[in-house]
This record gives sequence, C-alpha cells and structure tokens, in this order.
Amino acid sequence: MHPYNYYAPENINDALGLLEKFGSKARCLAGGTDILVQTRGGRFELDAIIDVKNIPELTKVEWTKDHLLVGSAVPCYVLYEDEKVTSQFPGIIDAASLIGGIQIQSRASLGGNLCNASPSADGICPLIVHNTICVIAGPKGSREISVDQFCVSPGKNVLDEGEFLVSLKIPLPNSGFGAAYERFIPRNEMDIAVAAVGSSVVVDGGKITNSKIALAAVGPTPIYAEKASEFLLGKDVSEDNLDQASQIAQDSCSPITDMRGDVEFRKHLIGVLTRRTLDLALERAGGN
Amino acid sequence: MANSKKVKKIQITTTINGQEMELLIPPYISLLETLREIVGITGTKEGCNDGNCGACTVTIDRRIVDSCLVLGAEIDGKNVETIEGMATPEGLHPLQQAFLEEAALQCGICTPGFLVASKNLLDKEPNPSEGRIRHWLAGNLCRCTGYDKIVKAVQKASENS
Ligand SMILES: Cc1cc2nc3c(=O)[nH]c(=O)nc-3n(C[C@H](O)[C@H](O)[C@H](O)COP(=O)(O)OP(=O)(O)OC[C@H]3O[C@@H](n4cnc5c(N)ncnc54)[C@H](O)[C@@H]3O)c2cc1C
Ligand code: FES
Ligand code: FES
Repeated sequence: MHPYNYYAPENINDALGLLEKFGSKARCLAGGTDILVQTRGGRFELDAIIDVKNIPELTKVEWTKDHLLVGSAVPCYVLYEDEKVTSQFPGIIDAASLIGGIQIQSRASLGGNLCNASPSADGICPLIVHNTICVIAGPKGSREISVDQFCVSPGKNVLDEGEFLVSLKIPLPNSGFGAAYERFIPRNEMDIAVAAVGSSVVVDGGKITNSKIALAAVGPTPIYAEKASEFLLGKDVSEDNLDQASQIAQDSCSPITDMRGDVEFRKHLIGVLTRRTLDLALERAGGN
Repeated sequence: MANSKKVKKIQITTTINGQEMELLIPPYISLLETLREIVGITGTKEGCNDGNCGACTVTIDRRIVDSCLVLGAEIDGKNVETIEGMATPEGLHPLQQAFLEEAALQCGICTPGFLVASKNLLDKEPNPSEGRIRHWLAGNLCRCTGYDKIVKAVQKASENS
C-alpha cells in the first residue's frame, strides 16, 4: 500500500477544506470495503484519505416529516437492525442485508456503494425505485440530485472535484407503496450480481398508479427501466400486465457477455427477476 | 512519488483485548498490519488481504470486521478484540475446546477468524440454528475442512454454554 495521510474531519466544512486542498489526490473513506481494496490494488495514487465517519450528518439515520435521511456513511447493519427502518423500507433492507457477509455489513455503507458506481452494485436499484434524492456538499454550497442521475459510467459518479455525498433522502412510503430487490448469483452468499432488479409500485383500488423498475449488472451503471415502469402506469394488477412489464424490461436492457453470464442469460434473468420483484413489491404494498 | 510525500506517523489511543495502549503508526497501514507488526500479536491471520476470506476477522466495539479492510488509524478510541483475547488463564474458550474436539481445523489458517466470528454470534445469539450459523460464517472461507465440522463445533459450543 502506498503512503498517504489520514484525516478524520468532524464537520462538513473541514471535510470540504481538505477536499479542496488535496483535489484529485484525496478520496473519502466510509466503510472502506471498496476504497481500501482499490487503493491497495494501485487504482489511485493518493496523498490523503478522508475518513468521513466523524461527521454527524454522514453517520445518522433521521426521520423527518417526509423523508428518511440516511447518512451516506451509515453501515448496512444499522439499517437492518433498526426495526422501524426494516418495517417501512423492506426494499432497501433487501439490499443492505445481502451486501457481502456480516464482516462487510459492519462497515459497508449505501453511500459508499453508490459513490463507487459499480454496474452491479446492490444498493443502487433500491434507492432508484424509492425515488431517493442525493444530498451533496460542495465548495459552492449544497445541491440535491435524483439518485438515477448519480452514476455516469462504471466507477464514475456525478460529483465534481471538491464535492462529497452527505446523505440519502428517501421519501416516506405512502399507503399502497411497496418495493423489493433481488439479484441472481450462482452461490448463496458473497458474490457479485449476474443480474439484479429493484421494483416499486403504488397500488390504489387494484390499479397501479405508480411504478419504478431499475436494473443492475446489465449496463454501464444501474439503470432506471423507463419503458417497463411507464407501461404499468394506470394498469390493473393482473398476471398479463406484470408479465408484459417483465418482458419489456428484458427486451430493453443491453447487457454484455462476460465470465458471469452471456447476453441471453442475463436478459432472461431480468425478465424473471422483474416479475418476482413486482410480485413481492405488490405483496408489500398490500395489493395482493 | 512515495518518498516525496510527507507522511506523518499518527498517534492513537485504543483498547486491545482489554488493554489500553497508545500506538504510533503510519496512517496508511491496515488494522491487520497494526496488530501483527506494531502491537506484535500475530494470531490474526492474513488470507486474501481484500475482504473475501475472513481470516483477519476481529471485533471493533463488538462487531466483526475484516481487519485488512480497516485502517489502523480508524481504531482510535475504539475497543478491539482479537483471538488472543479469547482463552483465559483458566483454560480455552468453549468454542476453542469444541473446535479441537470436533476436529474443526486442518491447516488452521482460517481458525482464528472462524473463532472470533463464531464467538461474536454466540455472544449475541446463544442458540443459533444451523442455517443461521452458516449464514453468519459466509464471510469466512476454509480450504480444508469442508465447513461441516466447523458448523458442528459451533453447535456443540452453543449447547455447552
Ligand atoms: C468481500 C466483499 C464483498 C462485497 N459484496 C458486495 C455485494 O454483495 N454487493 C455490492 O453491491 N457490493 C459488494 N461489495 C463492495 C462494497 O462492499 C460495497 O460497494 C459497499 O457498499 C461500499 O461501501 P463502503 O462504505 O465500504 O465504501 P468505501 O469503500 O468507503 O467508499 C467507496 C467509494 O465511494 C467513495 N465515497 C465514500 N463515501 C463518500 C462520500 N460521502 N462522498 C463521496 N465519495 C464517497 C470512496 O472514496 C470510494 O471511491 C463487496 C466488497 C467486498 C470486499
Ligand atoms: S485477509 Fe482480510 S478478509 Fe482475507
Ligand atoms: S483449516 Fe485450512 S483453511 Fe480452514
């Protein structure tokens, strides 16, 4: 591992100062389960690592009137050991409880998962289908963007130099809302998704009034499947409609062939997982 | 590159196996390296050095982590427990005893990690199901035993405690 200095700022302004000072030679450290592996592997040459876990906004889980605010560095276990979060956001917990093993979950955060911007990241689809807003701090003040705009290409996110992610602002579920996330891996635990789908629905009187479907490991970033999602708007909850949406999701993705799976297999998986996650989302919405 | 940079050692205060200590460490070394090379306790093993094998498992504030994926600098003010803290002068921990009786090890490189992880589970949940044990230990790899004997040993220790 190459030498670098370690800083643990205690507030947002100090963190911004350090990011300004070191520019591209600095990186944030949340749980370290991506960054320490990558730094050791020589992916970057750093002068400074900035541990963000002493900044209160980044490590707290807070309920506001309309949102659940999850600090970007909150480790997965904090979410799945919180009964209120688990009962209100089972679709987020689906992902938080399957990232790595228990050791990894002690450290890995959804914010780190998102910033790392891997095409197969498990945390991102659930955030997309929950209409999550990313709260970003930067030298020119803070800004907010929708999570589906956050990842730009494998390993690259929308943050400008000097900016960092503060928290994830997840709207509280309205009545009739349900969400779910599922991935396919060849083993039971500790593997990278071959394909994965997150789905959410809002059901009112037997009709789907809103839906979001997001796909991972079948494109350069996890993506919002717009066509499949919009197909369901205003439709009755029926086998046929759910199957059609799954088929549209399958047809609209453009995966690659690699050692984990080929194009045809991945597309097939997307169809199956879309249907399964829609079923579970509907069940959780109480619409089934 | 590396040499032109000014990297200062940092001082941390931490508690390791109940003993408070002050350490002066390079800021970029892992907790695993801190334990083995600075503190000089080598029971915690390095398998993969990238978070996959769990051989380096220790607890920080009672949660298991892979010490290869933590910086030594991060344990300032924290409480760390390693395999060296498990047996007492009176004898082995029931889990250690059960691992011996059930022959839950061959080469032994994975054993400290499995023991620390299993102890953490039994401390929280004294009577886990077999499925729960297997799920909890999914982050620990063993190339020798085929896992069954390890799971049996954990079950035995949970019955005996
Ligand atoms: C053994 C193992 C198993 C894994 N299994 C899975 C899995 O099943 N599914 C999965 O999706 N991932 C998996 N991962 C990858 C990793 O654990 C996750 O991506 C995790 O969520 C990363 O979070 P972190 O807090 O550890 O991030 P870190 O490593 O601390 O950071 C990740 C990246 O985000 C940047 N960053 C962190 N915080 C901020 C911030 N506030 N602002 C701006 N940038 C920031 C860092 O600089 C870095 O580039 C696994 C990793 C390992 C080692
Ligand atoms: S050495 Fe740390 S997980 Fe393998
Ligand atoms: S006993 Fe050899 S790796 Fe587990």
